[in-house]
Amino acid sequence: MDIKNKNTEAKKKLSLFVGSGTLDKAYPPLMIASTAVAMEIETQIFFHFYGLELVKKKLSLKISPSGNPAMPFQMPFGSEWLQKINLPIPNVIPNNLPFFEHIATALMKKKIKSKKIPAVEELREILLESGVKFCVCQTSAELFGYTQADFIEQVQFCGAATALEFSLHADITLNF
Amino acid sequence: MQAKAELDCKGLGCPLPILKTKKAIEALSSGEILKVITTELASVSDMQSWCRHSGHTLLQSDEQKGEFVFYVRKK
Repeated sequence: MDIKNKNTEAKKKLSLFVGSGTLDKAYPPLMIASTAVAMEIETQIFFHFYGLELVKKKLSLKISPSGNPAMPFQMPFGSEWLQKINLPIPNVIPNNLPFFEHIATALMKKKIKSKKIPAVEELREILLESGVKFCVCQTSAELFGYTQADFIEQVQFCGAATALEFSLHADITLNF
Repeated sequence: MQAKAELDCKGLGCPLPILKTKKAIEALSSGEILKVITTELASVSDMQSWCRHSGHTLLQSDEQKGEFVFYVRKK
């Protein structure tokens, strides 16, 4: 008897390209992918260039207000009115003040935690547990001198053709 | 409405309410009802989209004192 699984037959596909490796830019693709998981959309993420930072065993994602005028600079603690104050940081400060990146990163991480948003590691775990395919661009890895040992075990080294082929059959392709 | 299970997603932001709802509904049998409580306004439209896409039925969606209560019947 021909038993067809309607669920897999109708399964939609999502293809993501991730080329950024800062803390702020890690969130949009991982949030979209985890929602796709909840909606039972088959998802593949192609990490290339700086996107490789998101799949390393040891994450050291940072954020910088330098060259990013859209980034609000707010305190993650204190009273509500204090947290709402947005301090514009002119480029001259992050560009010249040592450790400013570390301060901005620490504040952002604190804010993420206080708003009960999962950490990048947690989102990554959810995706892998749910069967999202993580593909790493081998050329980018070679460019930065990374080997397979630098990445979490679940990633697959592949090339752009693999990513494009998946995209050709995907219902949505997004670039981050 | 009689729910088989209840899921508390108060204080959680997108995409956690949807992810947790999906996990919770997997533990139920077909036809059983899951009650979900959230506090995030976005979850109102998200729950509708998720149900439409996944095939589960959103029986009821209410707001009570800043909390959103959903009843979802498993397909």
